[in-house]
Amino acid sequence: MDLNTKFTPQSWPDHPETATMEGKNKFVGFWLFLGGETILFATLFATYLALKNSVPDGNEFRTETLFELPLVFVMTMLLLTSSLTSVYAMYHMKNYNFKQMQVWLAITGFLGLGFLALEVYEFNHYIHLGFTYGNSAFSSAFYTLVGTHGLHVAVGLVWLTLLILRNAKRGLNLYNATKYYTFSLYWHFIDVVWVFIFTVVYLMGVVG
Amino acid sequence: MTTVANSVEQKKGFGATLWDWLTTVDHKKIGILYLIGGGFFFVLGGIEALMIRLQLLIPNNDFVSAGFFNELITMHGTTMIFLAAMPLLFGFMNFIMPLQIGARDVAFPFINSLGFWMFFLGGLFLNLSWFLDAAPDAGWTSYASLSIASPGHGIDFYAIGLQIAGAGTLMGGINFLITIINMRAPGMTYMRMPLFTWTTFIASALILFAFPPLTIGLFFLTFDRMFGANFFDHTMGGNTIIWEHIFWIFGHPEVYILILPAFGIFSEIFSTFSRKRLFGYSAMVFATVLIGFLGFMVWAHHMFTVGLGPTANAIFAVATMAIAVPTGVKIFNWLLTIWGGSIKITTPMLYALGFIPSFVMGGVTGVQQGAAPLDYQLHDSYFIVAHFHYVIVGGVVLGILAATHYWWPKMFGTMLSEKLGKVTFWFFFIGFHMTFFLQHFLGLMGMPRRVWTFMDGQGWNLFNAISTVGAILMGIATIVLIINIIITTAKNERIGNDPWEDGRTLEWAIPSPPPFYNFAQTPLVRGLDTYWIEKQEGHNGYTAAEPVTDIHMPNGSIIPFFMTLGLFIAGFGAMYRIEHSWGLAVLIFGLAFTFLMMAIRSVKDDLGFYVTKEQIRRMERGRN
Ligand code: HEM
Ligand SMILES: [Cu+2]
Repeated sequence: MDLNTKFTPQSWPDHPETATMEGKNKFVGFWLFLGGETILFATLFATYLALKNSVPDGNEFRTETLFELPLVFVMTMLLLTSSLTSVYAMYHMKNYNFKQMQVWLAITGFLGLGFLALEVYEFNHYIHLGFTYGNSAFSSAFYTLVGTHGLHVAVGLVWLTLLILRNAKRGLNLYNATKYYTFSLYWHFIDVVWVFIFTVVYLMGVVG
Repeated sequence: MTTVANSVEQKKGFGATLWDWLTTVDHKKIGILYLIGGGFFFVLGGIEALMIRLQLLIPNNDFVSAGFFNELITMHGTTMIFLAAMPLLFGFMNFIMPLQIGARDVAFPFINSLGFWMFFLGGLFLNLSWFLDAAPDAGWTSYASLSIASPGHGIDFYAIGLQIAGAGTLMGGINFLITIINMRAPGMTYMRMPLFTWTTFIASALILFAFPPLTIGLFFLTFDRMFGANFFDHTMGGNTIIWEHIFWIFGHPEVYILILPAFGIFSEIFSTFSRKRLFGYSAMVFATVLIGFLGFMVWAHHMFTVGLGPTANAIFAVATMAIAVPTGVKIFNWLLTIWGGSIKITTPMLYALGFIPSFVMGGVTGVQQGAAPLDYQLHDSYFIVAHFHYVIVGGVVLGILAATHYWWPKMFGTMLSEKLGKVTFWFFFIGFHMTFFLQHFLGLMGMPRRVWTFMDGQGWNLFNAISTVGAILMGIATIVLIINIIITTAKNERIGNDPWEDGRTLEWAIPSPPPFYNFAQTPLVRGLDTYWIEKQEGHNGYTAAEPVTDIHMPNGSIIPFFMTLGLFIAGFGAMYRIEHSWGLAVLIFGLAFTFLMMAIRSVKDDLGFYVTKEQIRRMERGRN
């Protein structure tokens, strides 16, 4: 593959992410990978549901008393918005508008960082209340499910930062278009998982 | 843009050769690495099996201690399933499948290499437990209450070693899927794919969906033992049955991950040596897909006695028995492939013929166990041991041995001795039935599985002794195979493209061993059994889909090895963190090292290189 080919918005293909064989492979491979990730999270969800509020005698921590919806609502908004901004970024990617794409991706990254900061705050708060990882089966299941998601967000942020910095000088080409595109797929996936966490863990925890 | 130096044909020193194998991304070399790694662990698991059988040779034996016996059975099972059977199959998938679909490599050669090193170092990690602490001792199923209570680091080695090896397998599986979806040569439609490619495809899909639960289960186990979690600790609200569910949601598909590729191998062998098209090709494909699908619906048949209730047991019993239907379709298709064929009894064919009755017996006992009320009697007895060895040894291992003889000439360019091959077969086949047939009856007479010894006077002595002798015969068979390999390699008599003379699929249309770019020109596939069609029309070789052009090839890389090394080191850190202060530092260092390697990989462009037309012409001419 030749990285030096210069494109114009007119010569830039409609689907740059799958314009090369390698791009096609990455594209299909990433979808398959997300299929595996779905099963991974499904296992975590099933375990969480089995162990929800399952605590030893005398343990006070329950979903109803622990979770605070306003904080989680703000987190949800941050992450949902970041999904939207990544869509804008991909829109500009398809139009071969590199600068705009980088800007929207940076915004995506900051929103993600905000989400992560609030999650750290939330966990820290619970731990100070005494709801530690080893507090009960419930606490282990909760932190493992939500923490695995948080870890995915963190990994995504590192990936995004590397992408933005590495390509800052050289702009878009058919090689990194796939990388940007798969990143956006990943980011949407994380977002969808969070919607489930918000519903199953927090909403159903407080209301259900 | 660099081009390949003429280094391919040159003789290299030891250092350069080692570097070459550590950094290779060639699917054929990685396939061979899988065979070497898997073969090593197969011998190791075999030695463990022989020690188990020697302990059970006579009643009240104390050849090994009870604690050591538990370690032996655990490591035997774990090694055979994860480190021997699967990698050996992966070796053939890696080497043969891309050739069968007319591809030059797998979709992601780099990840292919990463997958291999994760398997190998993960397996090494697990086996270092023998020297560093104690080996795991809670059975290959590692049921939670037992494994949580097991002292020492044995189970930690199990959890972390399998985590690393399992991640490697998952990568391999995804890679095979993409390869088959995207990289088939022109004309190679799905319904023209050889059965071995089809079964690789479905087995890979099963890996994709079965391994993530294992990953999570192993994390739970790790966190419970090493990081203070309580998933399985009922005093803290945990539930030990969760492990059983997660393990078997992985575990039952796992047995199909093993057997489907073996089915594929036998399908190739039957049609090759009956010199007939595979009977009912599309039914075979459909049965493979159906088995793969049903494989996810039956996991609780391993948990009939847990007490899930009659409704759950009934549903899982019916689903289990349903799997026998597509399996039966396959058996009849193989029989009808042989029927009326012009049969050649070669070593691979002998294995294939031996496979049918052996596997059918395993399938029949499987259906019996699937009847939940009967399983209350059979569960945890030697009957179970007999069942799964009939399917795993009579199916998977016979398949691996058959494939070894069948594809050896393609992989190494020399032909294993047919005479010694048949000696291996007979020793193995007789030894196998001798070992496991009588175990059905031992089970029915009440002998429980996983017992260290048994008392005299229960009528179990004779059958146990015969069983041990059978195991020794299988050991002899393995030694004969190794001798065969050594002699063949020493003689080094080179053979041509199609040494069996009856090859039907694309891999037989190119030299043995194939050049590193596989196909000088991308082939054009004109039907099922492409190469057979070409031969019928008097061609020698394949029809090309393109003129000779520059070939794009990937660069080798040491990063996969280093990435795995980081995880390997981190594993020790996680484990020893509990009693040593340096543990945490080592854990962080290992993970950081892996992430650094990933970052390097991500930031550094790796665009591969081109082999020019002229070089290809030169190399192709040198061959003829
Ligand atoms: C017709 C197909 C099959 C049926 C109906 C079947 C059924 C069963 C059942 C019901 C059990 C549980 C017995 C118990 O523990 O009480 C079992 C165990 C087992 N089966 Fe199968 N099976 C079939 C094919 C296979 C195949 C193809 C393999 C491997 C290649 C396999 C490997 C195993 C193993 C390893 C175990 C024992 C696991 C353990 O408890 O350690 N089975 N089978
Ligand atoms: Cu099963």
